[in-house]
Amino acid sequence: MTTSIATTASTVPGETLAGVPGNAGGTHDGGAGLPPEASVRRPNRSLLHGLLTNKKAMTGAAILFIFIALALLAPVLYPDNPSKITGMASQEPDAEFWLGTTAKGQDVLALTIHGARSSLLVGLTVGFASTFIGILVGLASAYFGKFIDEALSLTTNVFLLLPGLPLLVILAAFLPPGLGTVILVLVVTGWAGSARVLRSQALSIRSKDFVAAAVVTGERPLRIMFREILPNMASIVMGTLLACIIYGIGAQAGLEFLGLGDVSTVSWGNNLYWAGNEGALLTGSWWVFIPSGLCIALVAFSLSLINYAVDEVTNPRLRKIQVRKIRKPASKSAKPGKRASA
Amino acid sequence: MRFILRRLGFYLIAFWVSITLNFLLPRFMPGDPVSRMFARTQDRMQPEQIEALRKLLGVDDRPIWEQYVDYLHNMITGQMGVSISRFPTPVTEVIASQVGWTLLLGGTALVIAAVVGNLLGILAAWRRGGAIDSALPPILIFIGSFPYFWLAMGALYLFGVTLGWFPIRHAFSDTIEPAFSWEFMSDVGMHLVLPALTIVLVSVGGWMLGMRNTMIATNAEDYITMAEAKGLRPGRIMFRYAARNAMLPSVTSFGMSLGFVVGGALLTEVVFAYPGVGYQLLNAVQGLDYPLMQGLFLTITAAVLLANFLVDILYVRLDPRVRAN
Repeated sequence: MTTSIATTASTVPGETLAGVPGNAGGTHDGGAGLPPEASVRRPNRSLLHGLLTNKKAMTGAAILFIFIALALLAPVLYPDNPSKITGMASQEPDAEFWLGTTAKGQDVLALTIHGARSSLLVGLTVGFASTFIGILVGLASAYFGKFIDEALSLTTNVFLLLPGLPLLVILAAFLPPGLGTVILVLVVTGWAGSARVLRSQALSIRSKDFVAAAVVTGERPLRIMFREILPNMASIVMGTLLACIIYGIGAQAGLEFLGLGDVSTVSWGNNLYWAGNEGALLTGSWWVFIPSGLCIALVAFSLSLINYAVDEVTNPRLRKIQVRKIRKPASKSAKPGKRASA
Repeated sequence: MRFILRRLGFYLIAFWVSITLNFLLPRFMPGDPVSRMFARTQDRMQPEQIEALRKLLGVDDRPIWEQYVDYLHNMITGQMGVSISRFPTPVTEVIASQVGWTLLLGGTALVIAAVVGNLLGILAAWRRGGAIDSALPPILIFIGSFPYFWLAMGALYLFGVTLGWFPIRHAFSDTIEPAFSWEFMSDVGMHLVLPALTIVLVSVGGWMLGMRNTMIATNAEDYITMAEAKGLRPGRIMFRYAARNAMLPSVTSFGMSLGFVVGGALLTEVVFAYPGVGYQLLNAVQGLDYPLMQGLFLTITAAVLLANFLVDILYVRLDPRVRAN
């Protein structure tokens, strides 16, 4: 029987390893007189540099860039209304329609490219808004502690437990349909996860000496939160932002697939809703439902890649391969210090 | 014990929040979905049924606190009104007839994904840089990027429509009478394969990576080195020493991920017309069936909270540190 405790495995139930303090809160000597730029900014620069030299991150960024470019260029590539009926019904992909046509006779390629606009816009908006709320909650919890922390934690945990999709459905059902509703509903259901992660990280930085020094020298609370604590959370904020964007894109698609979005707009989720509605599966029109789903997956995958790269850059333990020398037959074990190949 | 009671209190608060949300939504939302609903169903309903539903959905001129107390009482005693889309069945009856299928689908998928994912994670962490560790994560992350329902559509098209290996809709064939017979059971099993498989495929990557990263942290611990120094068998160290402690975060995420799996199961059910809670939810949405939507939301929330509470009790058994505090 072993009763020893893995100290690095987090003790807070439900906490994942996302909360690993990377190089945050580096070597602060509590020098309150130092300008924060000199000592605080360095970790972020090394994060950026680490990401720029990371294969995973660059692959993800490239895929993401292509989709953003497509979304921005959609009106140039297809100046016409993408929902317009331009061909025969359910045509297979050919020279004229590269991705075929829907059961109504719309150009699938046009729908897919234009769909990127709404899906990316909603995903990014939801991601940034949820992360922003998470930052506010996390910093307020960490800085003020006591009653404020208790209240905010309780609210966060309750929202975290309410099952997302059913909550999405009843909110969307009672609100008037539209883009604003979709974004609002997704932020309401998505902020809690980010708040939880950011709070635990902010708490660990709050207890560092240099923050105490800043408090003692009488700096304003807002300045301490945003200039002392926040810069040291860069990697966690970034990871949270990526996760929230992934959530936003996926949840929007799910909501619209149920027909709870604004079905008159063109987006990847709505394309799939219409594909299902028009029986694309049963008639074997694979070209109608594959493109939009593949686009959602590729964007989510590219964001995940960047996210894992952030983890690797900030958590050296995941990067270096420690050779285990347990009596095992001689095998090709990787050299110590070599980067794990993706 | 104190820990358990504290958690119980927390879950009660969470449940109260969801009931209150249900109460507030129809009363304070712009627009008037409720009257739209009545406009569609007016001719099929008895006056007293309409009256009861109006009260439930806030078309009511009593003071708000009185409505609220009444509402709480109704919800706790399970009076959720009648369903519109399945008129005149009471909401509770509709839900009761569907909930089993969702438990079967979601439960099967969750257990398979958790077991397989954790085992893969343990193996990947144990053989850092080995075949499992380098090949699987990118593949699983990619598969996990697909929306649940889209993967379900793809599986339905490929294995159901094109290849015809598995049935494409419902939980059992129309030709078979439900009974505790081998024939019926295997038919249910066949109908379960595709929906459950898609949920497992999407969710297994998360389990694997979480376990792998925790295991890597655990493997650096002194007591692992100590166990190796004692000359224990690698298999024993891996499962009895490392995995045992690395499991703890997995246990908690089991509870946390319930909510996600429920969401995934709901969408998957819609694709396969699987007669569970999710398929019912879609019917409720399309039929503007607000009482049923609200009832489903409450039922699903209660189930998730209950499951989390059970996980907490299990956690106390597994982690002595909780008992110490």
